[in-house]
Amino acid sequence: MSERIVELEVLRFNPETDAEPRFQRYSVPCMNEWVVLDALNHVKEAIDPTLSYRWSCHMAVCGSCGMMINGEPKLACKAFLRAYDGVIRVEPLANFPIQRDLVTVIDDFITKLKRVKPYLVPKSDQPVEAGEFRQTPAELKRYKQYTLCINCMLCYAACPEYALVPKFIGPAAISLAHRYNEDSRDGGREERQQEIASGEGVWECSFVGACSEVCPEHVDPAGALQQVKIRSTVDWYQEHLMPWSKK
Amino acid sequence: MAKSNKPIVWGLFAAGGTVTAFITPVLVLLTLLPVVGVMPELLVYDNLHAFAGHWVGKLLLFGVIFLVLWHAAHRLRITLHDFGVRADSAVAVIVYLAAAAGTLAAAYFLLRI
Repeated sequence: MSERIVELEVLRFNPETDAEPRFQRYSVPCMNEWVVLDALNHVKEAIDPTLSYRWSCHMAVCGSCGMMINGEPKLACKAFLRAYDGVIRVEPLANFPIQRDLVTVIDDFITKLKRVKPYLVPKSDQPVEAGEFRQTPAELKRYKQYTLCINCMLCYAACPEYALVPKFIGPAAISLAHRYNEDSRDGGREERQQEIASGEGVWECSFVGACSEVCPEHVDPAGALQQVKIRSTVDWYQEHLMPWSKK
Repeated sequence: MAKSNKPIVWGLFAAGGTVTAFITPVLVLLTLLPVVGVMPELLVYDNLHAFAGHWVGKLLLFGVIFLVLWHAAHRLRITLHDFGVRADSAVAVIVYLAAAAGTLAAAYFLLRI
C-alpha cells in the first residue's frame, strides 16, 4: 500500500456566479490502487467540500461518474490513478451542458431515450395464467450484449457526430432500441423504427466507432448501429418494392 | 418522425464496401505479380480482353465498377461531413454525379469491346 501525491486539475463552473469555467488544482495524497473517483472523494471530504460531481456505486454499474479524464470519456470509478503520469485533468462529459463543476445536464439524452421506447412492448396482451414468455438461449444471445448498457453517456461524449449534430439520437439510445427490436418477445419494432430509422436516427451515424472504443461495458454501440442500418435498409426495400409484404 | 430514404444510397454503399474489401487485395496481388516477374496466363492481354468481351465478364466488371465507385462517392460524402463541411446536398450531388459519370463511362467502354 504505497501512497503518492496526485495533482488533479478539475474543471470548476457555477453557471449562476461564474462567467466561464476555470480549472482548479488539488494536490491529493492517494493510495496507489485508487481510482480517480477515490481522489475526487478525498478532495470533497478533506480539501474542498464545494466540489460537485455525480457518483453512486463505485463499481462501474450505475453509470453516474462518467467524466473526461485527460480528454477521454471514462468512468471515474474505472480510471486507475496508476495509469496516469503527471497532472490528471478532470472535466465534465463533453457535448453536454454543465450544470455545476463535473455535473452535466443530461435532459437531452433522457428525452431521446424515452423516444425510442427502451422497454418491452408485448406482441399481445396475455393474462398471467398464460405463463411466461419463453426464449431460447439463441434468441437471448441476439440481444444480450446490448442489455449491458448502463446509460453512462460516455459514447455521447465520444461521438463526433453528436457533437456536430445535437439532434442525433445517438449511440446508446439507438443501441437500446436495437436491444428491444431484437428481442423475440417484443412487438414494438415498428414504433421504434419511426424514430431510429429517421434522418435524426441511425442515418446520422457515420461509423466513426469512437462509441465502441469508450464503452465501459463493451456494448459495442457502433456494431449495433451498423445492424440497425442493415435492418432498416431491408425494411426500406420491402416497403417500397414489395408493399404487399407489410407485416 | 418520417423514416429516411437514406437506405437507397447506404445499401449501395454497404454492397460496394463489401465488394471492395474482397476485390481490392486480389487486385493489388494480381498487379504486383507481373512486377515481381510472374506473369500468369490469366493476365495476358488477350485473355483479359476475351474476359471483358463476354457478356458475363461485362456484367461482372460493370457491377464491380459501379458499386466501388458508389462506395467511394458515399465515403467521400461522409468524410466531408465529418470534417465539418455543412453543404451536404451540394456534396452529395457532386460525388454521386462523379460516380455516375464513371459508371456510365464503364458501361460505354465495356459495350464497345
